[in-house]
Amino acid sequence: MIGVLFDGFAYGMLLFLLSVGLSVTLGMMNFVNLAHCAFAMLGGYLTVTLVNRFGWPFLATLPMAFLAAALVSVVFERLLYRKLYRATDLDQVLLTIGLAFMSIATAAYIFGTVHQSAPTPSFLRGSIEYFGINFGVYRLFLVAVGLAVTLVLVLTLEYTRFGQQVRAAVDNQRMARGLGINVDATFAATFALGSGLAGLGGALAIEIVGLDPSFALTYLVYVLIVVSVGGLGSILGSFIAAVLIGVSDIAGKYYVPEVGAFLIYLVMILLLMWRPAGLFGKR
Amino acid sequence: MSKPGTPMTPHDYLRAQTRWHPLEYVFWLATLLPFVLFPNYLSLASQIAITALFALSLDLILGYAGIVSLGHAAFFGIGAYTAGIISKYGISDPILGLFIAALLTGIVGFATSFIISRFKHLALIMITLGLGFLVHELANSAHWLTGGADGLQGIRIGDLLGYFEFDLWGRTAYTYSLAVLFLMFLLVRRLTNSPFGLALRGIRENSVRMPAIGAPSAAHIRKVYTMSAAIAGIAGALLAQTTSTVSLGVLDFQRSADVLVMLVLGGAGMMYGGLIGAIIFMVARDQFSGINPQYWYFWIGLLLVTVVMVLPNGILGGLSHLYRMIRGRRS
Repeated sequence: MIGVLFDGFAYGMLLFLLSVGLSVTLGMMNFVNLAHCAFAMLGGYLTVTLVNRFGWPFLATLPMAFLAAALVSVVFERLLYRKLYRATDLDQVLLTIGLAFMSIATAAYIFGTVHQSAPTPSFLRGSIEYFGINFGVYRLFLVAVGLAVTLVLVLTLEYTRFGQQVRAAVDNQRMARGLGINVDATFAATFALGSGLAGLGGALAIEIVGLDPSFALTYLVYVLIVVSVGGLGSILGSFIAAVLIGVSDIAGKYYVPEVGAFLIYLVMILLLMWRPAGLFGKR
Repeated sequence: MSKPGTPMTPHDYLRAQTRWHPLEYVFWLATLLPFVLFPNYLSLASQIAITALFALSLDLILGYAGIVSLGHAAFFGIGAYTAGIISKYGISDPILGLFIAALLTGIVGFATSFIISRFKHLALIMITLGLGFLVHELANSAHWLTGGADGLQGIRIGDLLGYFEFDLWGRTAYTYSLAVLFLMFLLVRRLTNSPFGLALRGIRENSVRMPAIGAPSAAHIRKVYTMSAAIAGIAGALLAQTTSTVSLGVLDFQRSADVLVMLVLGGAGMMYGGLIGAIIFMVARDQFSGINPQYWYFWIGLLLVTVVMVLPNGILGGLSHLYRMIRGRRS
């Protein structure tokens, strides 16, 4: 029972890492970015390449996954996304799903459609036993990273100058510009932060769920569920929704395998009917 | 038509819209060409007609009422499974099968329309996506009814009108699909050129203002969503009947995404957009089918990005813009 809860919680932390970036970009900038998991996939493939081809230690590749996803996303933001900030939902959906399709094809072209893995260092393998319950070390590591990222994000957005600029730019662009805030640069930085976190999530996900070109679409659904159930732009909401979805998904697969993924879609629809703006949504 | 200078009344506008453009005659006559020019491709042609009907149903809610659905394949799939399952239990007449499929998907559409009409923006996208996945999972787990991942076995479809057998070359299949597509097209054309259709466009442009002038947005959305669901169900039933197979693929997210791509590529809100988009998409896929499908999606993606950035109203929108520019220069 507690073992299942723990596994669900660790899985939830992974979903949180994958989706918190989208919560930031979608919630703050109102951009429906269906290519979010493509940036996560980029982080994942970078880690696989660095570990397997160049022999980097796993932990050293994590910051690189963050940086690479952030850098590539800024290029796309400047070239394409920026022009659609005021467009309709449909245009944003189409552009980003087009990018997701292209990323899948590109990954399949370069890496093939086979499952990739990156060996983790020995100190992250195995499990620790407490009171007769096994805690996977890698899962504990995931929980630690998830909690650390939450803390850093909340502190950044709530208490730093950058966070204040982001919130000002989102609430009232014209006013923010009038106050001398560089709104374009702020948005680009926010977008890079969100995508970078996705890249980090993608790298961390390899050990748990593996990596293949369809990652960009398969996990997109989970990420969207977490963000919409949690409420746009609410980091706490994403955190709680991710844990909720992670636990119910693992528990559902463990206790009632015949129901399959049915459960989380039902949970999502019921939650959204109850609160259309998500658990912690303001709009 | 009203005289130049005086404003057009809505009735004048609607009357002008209902007149058939010469190009429309050309288009529908051209749909008969496969019989003569490509007799080996009639199966593909009937698949295109079915997909075009599916795109038409999405156009009704997306192009006219502005409802973005990422799970429209749910209705296509329910229609396909209905037609397939009832044929196993002895209801093998194709046309009766179409009616039953339309009725059932209409009922499911009506039931879900109460959810749909409450939501907007991201929540709407998520709800339609979730409903699509929910139906997919249901069909996957109800193995006793749908055959699960193995697909539905033992479909037997009777002769069309009790006389025309579904032959190997797809002659009956194409005639049948094309006839259904044309009839449904007439229905949708009639609907969108009515005051109801005009109200839908009003909802698309500003759903808050419409109730203020006496048009009940939510009730209109429920109506059009139900109709769109029924038409998508008919398209699904046609596919089940003409191919004699139903698999989980009819409910895939990919199918919902593909039909959205076709519609947007052709041009949403123009009725012919979905038809043109379906033709281009299906023919291109058929030509590229030797290549790995993963690579084929690269070009789909590139096409989407290009359409959004360069041709906001799709191919038809771009063409009509060009047409107006040329005509404007001449006069």
